[in-house]
Amino acid sequence: MRLTEHEQHILAGGLGPVRQKAMQQQVAVGEFFDAEDMVEVRQAHIMADTESLGEAGVAWLEELGKHPEKDRRVAIPTITDPRGADFKSYDRINHDAAYVALERRASDAFQALGVLMTDTCINYQTIMPPVMGEHLAMGDTGVVIYCNSVLGARTNYEGGPSALAAALTGRTPRYGFHLDQNRRGKSRFRVTHRPEGLEEWGALGGIVGRCMGSYYEVPVIEGIDAAPSSDEMKHLGAAMASFGSTALFHMVGVTPEAPDLQSVFDGTPPDPVEISEKAFADFMADYAPPDDGLDVVVFAAPQLSVLELEQVASLLKGRKVADDVACLIATSPENKAAADRFGLTRTMEDAGAVVLEGVCFYQMHARELGEANGWSRLMTNSAKLTNIIGGYGYRPVLGSMAACVESACRGRVVR
Amino acid sequence: MSGLVIKGHPGIGDAVEGEALVAHDNFSARYDLDRIKGVFSRPAHKLYGQSYLGKVLVLNIAKGGVATAWMLNEMKSRDMAPVALLLNYANPIIAQGAAFARFPLIDRFDRDITELVRTGQRLAVDPKAGEVTVLG
Repeated sequence: MRLTEHEQHILAGGLGPVRQKAMQQQVAVGEFFDAEDMVEVRQAHIMADTESLGEAGVAWLEELGKHPEKDRRVAIPTITDPRGADFKSYDRINHDAAYVALERRASDAFQALGVLMTDTCINYQTIMPPVMGEHLAMGDTGVVIYCNSVLGARTNYEGGPSALAAALTGRTPRYGFHLDQNRRGKSRFRVTHRPEGLEEWGALGGIVGRCMGSYYEVPVIEGIDAAPSSDEMKHLGAAMASFGSTALFHMVGVTPEAPDLQSVFDGTPPDPVEISEKAFADFMADYAPPDDGLDVVVFAAPQLSVLELEQVASLLKGRKVADDVACLIATSPENKAAADRFGLTRTMEDAGAVVLEGVCFYQMHARELGEANGWSRLMTNSAKLTNIIGGYGYRPVLGSMAACVESACRGRVVR
Repeated sequence: MSGLVIKGHPGIGDAVEGEALVAHDNFSARYDLDRIKGVFSRPAHKLYGQSYLGKVLVLNIAKGGVATAWMLNEMKSRDMAPVALLLNYANPIIAQGAAFARFPLIDRFDRDITELVRTGQRLAVDPKAGEVTVLG
C-alpha cells in the first residue's frame, strides 16, 4: 500500500502504540483487499455492545484507556451504535445486572477515548446526516446501507475494532464502496407493487436481500415513482443489509447515484427480476404465526424516529397493553428526550408499553431476556428483526404497526 | 494428494498447521457457532454439532453482521477458536476481525477450496504467501 508521510509516521509508532496498532490492522485489511492507499474519513461509528465485545473486548478497551490521553484520544468525531443495556430501564425488563455492569465498563472505557456515546443506529436521522461523496467509517449494516444508498456517502461495513482503528487514525483503507467502480449496479429488480406500511418496505428489503450473492452485489430497484420517506428507506435498507449482507443499493429516479437506469449500469442493464404483490404476500407468509399466541411486541431494529414514536403513541393512546404481553419500544437517547418533551413517552407508558433508549433489542442479550421474561412469541413491524431474532430462540411474526399495537392490546396476534 | 500446494490471495495472520474441517457452506461467528462450547450450533449448517476447536475451517463465504469482527479475538482469548479460516470469499468484517485478532485467514483460491481439501487432512497454512499445503 502507498502510505503518506503522516501514515508512515503513525505506522512507525510516532503517535504512540495505540495508533500504531490501529494502523497495522488497517494496513493488513488494506493489503487483503488490494487497497492502493488510505482515504481520510470524517466520522466513525462503532458497534460495540457487550454481547459482541465480550469480557475480552471490554478488557482490551480498558487497557487502551491506560495510555496517555494524547495517544488514546480519537482523531475524528466518533459515535456509537446501540449498547447492550438501557441503564435507566434495565430493571423493568429483568435484564441481568451482570450484563449491565459489563456495559457500564464498556461505556466508561469508550468515553476515556473521547468517543461520544450516541448509542444509536439512526445517527443519519438524529446526529449528523452524511453528505454525498463524504467518506466515512460506519459500523452498523443499516447505517452503512442508508449512508451509501440514500445519501451517496461512502463507507464499507466497519466492524467494531475496525471502526475504532479509523477513529484513531482518521482514515480507512480505500477498497470496496469507497471506489467508484464498486458502486455500479450489478443486478436489477422491478417492483410492480409499491410497499405500503414500514413492514412492507422492510419486506422489499428482505426479498431483494435474499437474492444477493455477495457483499459486492449492488441491486438496482426500479418502479418506485415517488420518493419514499426516510423511515421507509430506513426499513428497506436495514432489512436488505440484514438478509443480504448488502451495503449499497440504488433506486432509479430516487437515490442520488441513480438518476436513470443507463447511468447506474456499465453497459446494457441485466434483465429485471420482477417483484409483484405476490412476492410481498409470500414474504409475509414466511413470518405468519401458527396460532395467535403472543408474548412480546417489539418496535425496534432500527430504533424509532420521532415520527414513528408519534405514530405508535397515537395508536396506543387511551389503550391498555394486555397484562400477559410486553410491549417494548426502542429509540435513541436524543429521540427519547424529544418524546418525553412532546408527551409521547407518557402516552405510551400510560398504555403499559416500555420505552427504551440507547438499545435495539437484538443487541441486548435477547436470548437471556427471553428466558428471564418467558418471551418466545414475538411480533414486530421490523423485517430486519424477524430475520435476526429466530436465532435467539424467538418465533417472530411480521405485521403492520397498527396490527402490532392491536395485538399487544388484545394479548393475541391480530393481523 | 500429499504435498499439493493451493494458491490463494495473500491473507492475514501467522503461519499455522492443523486438521481440516470442510463443508460447502458459509460462515458467521455470530449466527453459526456456540462460541462457549466451540461447536457449530445453527441446525441448518452442514457442520451442525461438530467441534471446530483446533481445526482449520474450510468454508465457502463469510456472511452475517458486523459483530463477528470482535468475536475471533474473544474466542482466541479463551483458547476456543479454530486454528485458521480458509474461505472462497471473505467479506470486510471477517478480514477486519482477523486483522484485529491476528487470526490466520486466506481466501480467493485458484479453485473452490471446499472441493480441493477434505475433512481430516492435515494442512499447513501460510497467510503471508497466500498458500495452503496439504501435508497428508
